[in-house]
Amino acid sequence: MAIHAVKGNWWNEPLHRMEIIWISIAFVWGLVMFSAMIYWHIAGQQNLSNEAYRIDPEVFAARAEAMADQYTIGEEGDTGVPIVQPPPGSDVYLIARLWEWWPVLQFEKDQSYRLHLSSMDWQHGFSLQPTNINIQVHPNYDLVLTITPTEAGEFFVVCNEFCGIGHHTMVGKIRVVDKK
Amino acid sequence: MSVGALEGALAWPEEKYRICGDTGLRVYAKAETLIKVNAVVGVVFLAVGGLFGLLVALTRWPAVHLLPAEWFYTLLTAHGAAVLLFWIIFFEMAILYFASAILLNCRLAAPKFAWLGFILMVVGSLMATVAVLQGESSVMFTSYVPMKAAPHFYLGLILFAVGALFGCMVFFGTLVIAKEEKTYEGSVPLVTFGAITAAIIAVFTIASGAIILIPTFLWSIGYIANIDSLTYKLVWWAMGHSSQQINVSAQVAIWYAIAALVLGAKPLSEKVSRSAFLLYILFLQLASAHHLLAEPGISSEWKVFNTSYAIYLAVLGSMIHGMSLPGAIEAAQRRRGFTKGIFGWLRQAPWDNPAFSGMFISLVLFGFLGGISGVVLGTEQINLLLHNTLYVPGHFHATVVAGTTLAFMAITYLVVPLIFRRELILPAVAKWQPYIFGIGVAGISLFMMGAGTLGVARRHWDITFSDSVFTFDYPGTAFLMMGLNGISAILAAIGGLMYVVVVVGSILFGKVRDEAAIKANPIVAPGAAVSSYGGEGTLKLPGTIVLVSVFFLAFVLYYFINWKFLSEVWPLS
Repeated sequence: MAIHAVKGNWWNEPLHRMEIIWISIAFVWGLVMFSAMIYWHIAGQQNLSNEAYRIDPEVFAARAEAMADQYTIGEEGDTGVPIVQPPPGSDVYLIARLWEWWPVLQFEKDQSYRLHLSSMDWQHGFSLQPTNINIQVHPNYDLVLTITPTEAGEFFVVCNEFCGIGHHTMVGKIRVVDKK
Repeated sequence: MSVGALEGALAWPEEKYRICGDTGLRVYAKAETLIKVNAVVGVVFLAVGGLFGLLVALTRWPAVHLLPAEWFYTLLTAHGAAVLLFWIIFFEMAILYFASAILLNCRLAAPKFAWLGFILMVVGSLMATVAVLQGESSVMFTSYVPMKAAPHFYLGLILFAVGALFGCMVFFGTLVIAKEEKTYEGSVPLVTFGAITAAIIAVFTIASGAIILIPTFLWSIGYIANIDSLTYKLVWWAMGHSSQQINVSAQVAIWYAIAALVLGAKPLSEKVSRSAFLLYILFLQLASAHHLLAEPGISSEWKVFNTSYAIYLAVLGSMIHGMSLPGAIEAAQRRRGFTKGIFGWLRQAPWDNPAFSGMFISLVLFGFLGGISGVVLGTEQINLLLHNTLYVPGHFHATVVAGTTLAFMAITYLVVPLIFRRELILPAVAKWQPYIFGIGVAGISLFMMGAGTLGVARRHWDITFSDSVFTFDYPGTAFLMMGLNGISAILAAIGGLMYVVVVVGSILFGKVRDEAAIKANPIVAPGAAVSSYGGEGTLKLPGTIVLVSVFFLAFVLYYFINWKFLSEVWPLS
């Protein structure tokens, strides 16, 4: 019994047939699940990029501001936040900081962009809704991912990494428009 | 002082013990007292931390939205520390002492050292709790840098961990004494083997904690200038996730212990069950990678290998226990004559006994809700759908609350009569407690996972975004889920309160369990007290085959549904 010491050679006791079958099934299932991740890297469309760089927050901010200076097309309502529409294929910067995502980005549907994410201060969580893509954003790291919006409309970036008392107010916006 | 007196003072005092009237085991007084104090402090933290959890859940119910934001984040941090760390680890210390000293008929090694460890744990846990409640350390359980807590928050956690390490050393020392003094014959019991697994993982966990928390403490007092946020996370989770693996090992050991005590069940095969524990020791720790799947700067190769515990070998261990446990129960029940049909053994199980029902509900919820969701969440690409959403707390409430906490509650119903030697008061309340708590926690887990699947952020005070520049609406279903989560939390809190009332009430006011009471109301299965060895290899176990088949089907379906969900989001590369 499980609460008593075991005498004798328990290692050599024969296994139950059910045990052998179940262990085999579980092992093969593990191989299937392991292979699924590798398969998705080859054939799947949703993989998190491995491209990242160390970066000073000031440098990242300067790049984002340079992008905004060049490609601002307007202001988002009366919020004072610029709407920036960089050309497809270009490097796009989204700043995470206490407690905003800056600027508002405008993408064209079915075009790809090199999106850079980094934080100016603490960690933040990039949670794109309602699409539902969730990525961690660190200070001093520049994560570069290629993203291809497949539907037009207004999307929101909710911060889903706790970042202090204003955390729940940290919401940004990404617009996706049809190609002209 | 004369030489004689000095020798007298230094000599090993005769250890007092009694023979347990229920099990025939030799119970040393010092071990018994340490089990009691650790269990009692654990239950106090469960009560306090559980209350914090209820307040958090009622705040996340949009229609109630109980606490102001500052209090919400403070109590959410306190909730995590009080229940995930303090309740569980105090109780685990009690389990370690039980699985070594009691099950091996042995005196406890260095009881004074064990007391020192206990005192460090009490001081540390109080210090960290006070730091959080003072409001300057609302950094969440994870305390991700560069967000900074007060220095005594980190210091409290360090003291607590050192105390727990002392407890592990006493445990290992007791094993050595038991072997030396031949207090048992053959190999240690399976339950002790599970506890050894837990303690080995605990040492790894505490070492990782020291590596990250000591520099972080020095950083908080200004002695170190900078801590890299990614490195912090990597090492912190070597503690944070591994500590959950301590729980898994301890709780599986408890499942086996309850099945043995209540039903006289023995494992189908000692070899298989022990090998499954060995897989835990070898592979479970890799799972700190689960928390780094959505991070920059870590390669996919590293993520895939580690998040899968090297091709899911630790999952294999859990799946083995998931078959062995019901198999052992079915075999024991069939041997007792409950052989009708496929499930007669299960229908005739002692569902009125909270130790049994709590164990079985814990097993089912842990496997179906916690296990499956954990594997899905830990799949590298699927994690993009779920990272930092409410799915994450949904998953770990299924493992740590429905699994570990309910298993610990269940064994308490045996610890009170066997160790505290008191009869349970309010047996009707005790009888219903595992069901109410289990349903409540199942609801919490399911509805949080549901909301998380819809994208709702975790650790978030206001999902209506009423103070934000941009407002956005989560789907209406998500709000419904949050309401149902609140209702489930109330149910779980009632279940928790029932547990605390029965346990504390029985310890304080329960009838002393004397010889007559043991005869009138035996709690250990007939035959359980008599040693019986070896596996349970020959019986046919159709019920267990059906149960694991249903489990496997649910696992495979749910796994592929999530790949389908993933294939529908924007392409990323």
